Amino acid sequence: MTGVPAAAIRELAHRYAEADRAQICWTLGITEHHTGVDNVLSLINLALLTGHVGRYGSGLNPLRGQNNVQGGGDMGAIPNKLPGFKDITDDAERGRFERAWGMPLPAEHGWHLSQMFEAMDRGELRAAYIMGENPAESEADVAHCRKLLDGLDHLVVQDIFLTKTAEYADVVLPAAADWCEADGTVTNSERRVQRTRKAIDPPGQAWPDIKIITELAKRMGHDWGDPTAEQAWDELRSLSAMHTGMSYQRLEELGGIQWPCPDENHPGSKLLHERLWADPLEGQPAPFHACEWLPPIDTLTEQFPLRMTTVRRLDAYNTGVQTDGYTSPLWERESLRISPEDARRLGFADGDRVLISSRRGAIEAPLRVDASLRPGLTWMTPHSTGEADVNLLTNESWDPKSGTSEFKATAIRVDRVTPEKQRG
Amino acid sequence: MRRNAPVMLGAIRRMLDFELDGEPVRAPEGSTILDVCREQGIDTPTLCYLDNLTPVNACRVCMVEVDGSRVLVPSCSRDVEAGMVVKTDTERVRHSRKMVLELLASSTDMSLAEDAVHRWMDSYGVDIKRYGPPGPPAAAGERDRRQAGHHHVPDGLTAETVAQPVKIDNELYVRDYARCILCYKCVEACGEDAQNTFAIAVAGRGFDATIATEFDVTLPDSACVYCGNCIAVCPTGALMPKSEYDMRQAGTWDETKQDQVTTVCTFCGVGCNLELTTQDNRIVRVDSPIDHSITNGHLCIKGRFGYAHVQN
Repeated sequence: MTGVPAAAIRELAHRYAEADRAQICWTLGITEHHTGVDNVLSLINLALLTGHVGRYGSGLNPLRGQNNVQGGGDMGAIPNKLPGFKDITDDAERGRFERAWGMPLPAEHGWHLSQMFEAMDRGELRAAYIMGENPAESEADVAHCRKLLDGLDHLVVQDIFLTKTAEYADVVLPAAADWCEADGTVTNSERRVQRTRKAIDPPGQAWPDIKIITELAKRMGHDWGDPTAEQAWDELRSLSAMHTGMSYQRLEELGGIQWPCPDENHPGSKLLHERLWADPLEGQPAPFHACEWLPPIDTLTEQFPLRMTTVRRLDAYNTGVQTDGYTSPLWERESLRISPEDARRLGFADGDRVLISSRRGAIEAPLRVDASLRPGLTWMTPHSTGEADVNLLTNESWDPKSGTSEFKATAIRVDRVTPEKQRG
Repeated sequence: MRRNAPVMLGAIRRMLDFELDGEPVRAPEGSTILDVCREQGIDTPTLCYLDNLTPVNACRVCMVEVDGSRVLVPSCSRDVEAGMVVKTDTERVRHSRKMVLELLASSTDMSLAEDAVHRWMDSYGVDIKRYGPPGPPAAAGERDRRQAGHHHVPDGLTAETVAQPVKIDNELYVRDYARCILCYKCVEACGEDAQNTFAIAVAGRGFDATIATEFDVTLPDSACVYCGNCIAVCPTGALMPKSEYDMRQAGTWDETKQDQVTTVCTFCGVGCNLELTTQDNRIVRVDSPIDHSITNGHLCIKGRFGYAHVQN
């Protein structure tokens, strides 16, 4: 199934089980599959089975790829939760927010990103407001995504750059870079809320996100005043119990605080799930989940015989918008990495320019032979879409439980670039 | 041990009684003499010691006298013991510290060393003139080719120096070995104390020893991953971001116009704190606070150098 010998997996599992303290940390290699949630549940099963949860030095740790992935979810920037992770269908919780904001809120779950693109496809979603995201380069099956963005009645993009996505916009709102041109907070992978602080003025007419939103609200007839980042944070503290104890002053003094932190005498919570060790057990036991193995959606066939995955390099960041600007000595030209065996079998040498095709599209890129790869496996990065638009190849099929597309398992073929093609 | 027993977060430590500069002092077991000196407000010079690195005992400038010990002992790595009698300000200690600082300052360009180093040089009466005028600088690469340990006879008229041209082989940072005092901090940060890359080590012994990559290749050809954690720990400016070096060469580096602001890195979910040095509404240098518990001052290439996208 994986190419890793079963005995090696078994040995690692035993070493994990027998360790005094052990953590499982993961990133997108686990989650960017149509079985991403099942992959995570399998890791949770292993941690529960071995007791590596709820104790110092143990635990499950999804390493977030951006400085505020955790915070975005905590603040309710997901389609099913209110700030502080209260479900939006919970009448009592929603009622608290409705009373505080003086406004009725929708009582059902909204669409996540993948569902929004499907709604665009059905013509049900006709306008979009995109903040700090570059789907026109980062989405799987990006040609389809670009067609959908292009077909919208109205698109607003708020970003620190004129990204590829912004090129599709009717209105572009220039934003300040949140990490150094505005004040605020971010929450890291260990649930620690920390202050970000303004160090330099944003360029030109760029505004902090909070100012753009309040000005937009004013023009739509809602005067929310001109709140500072701290005032917005204090409103959050008044509504989200797990953040209530985190005043700016305490965040400053303690160098960040981990939620839950229910009051101003609470030190924050280094550990979650300690209750599982209480005897007798407090609350519900943690459930195991049975998960069946399923192969990737994009099956390998004679026509598409190689598996391609996408990876990140140390010196670059996602679609490269924020890392194109500095001169990294580690920088490498974008290429398709392939095993020596596959290169030899297909008659290619290191550096050959090739045509890479999947069921969705085709791109050209140089080939780079990589002895660390096993036969059948190849990779590219999403960092240099100007050089090689890798997401023209990737599969947008998504995990029905998380909405995450299967970036990590594309079926491809590699062909010689024909002279006609080269001229073209 | 019972399986799944709670893990002790900190050992319970005995308090030890001993004597420091004639005064009775108590300190928890496991404290170094330096820890206690700092707690007692005794200004103790250090060059190779840093709170986020393992002591390597290289610089010998923090030496103190301990009754019963034949030689001076390095306070940064010697634990206190019950009944110990420690003296930090004897003639022998002052003379030793002065000699170490004097030998380093006569052979190395210490002009960019931290303010504290200059304060110590003044307070110990360092006089580099008595070694004669500095000898001529070495040509580029010449010192790297010397056979370390095979020292030639000095002329007795000039001070032997490590002066040589600065090494610039990439766009992120320079190596100005004319400023290098061989404190080993960069080696520790590149190795087990932070990055575990092991791109650099001290090559050779004696006066001609240098910090070198494997086979002395350029940084881009070495194992270096450009985290710059070596820059952060360098006490003399021998390792410096190229952007800062260029500004200093152009005469535009102006500390009177600079501010420091602490924020959080944008590039992943670890939450490394960044200490941004700004000048004229531009970021001119990025460090990380050494006392912050997330990474204790260490960063990666993106955090330390990936700020060009916000430069005005």
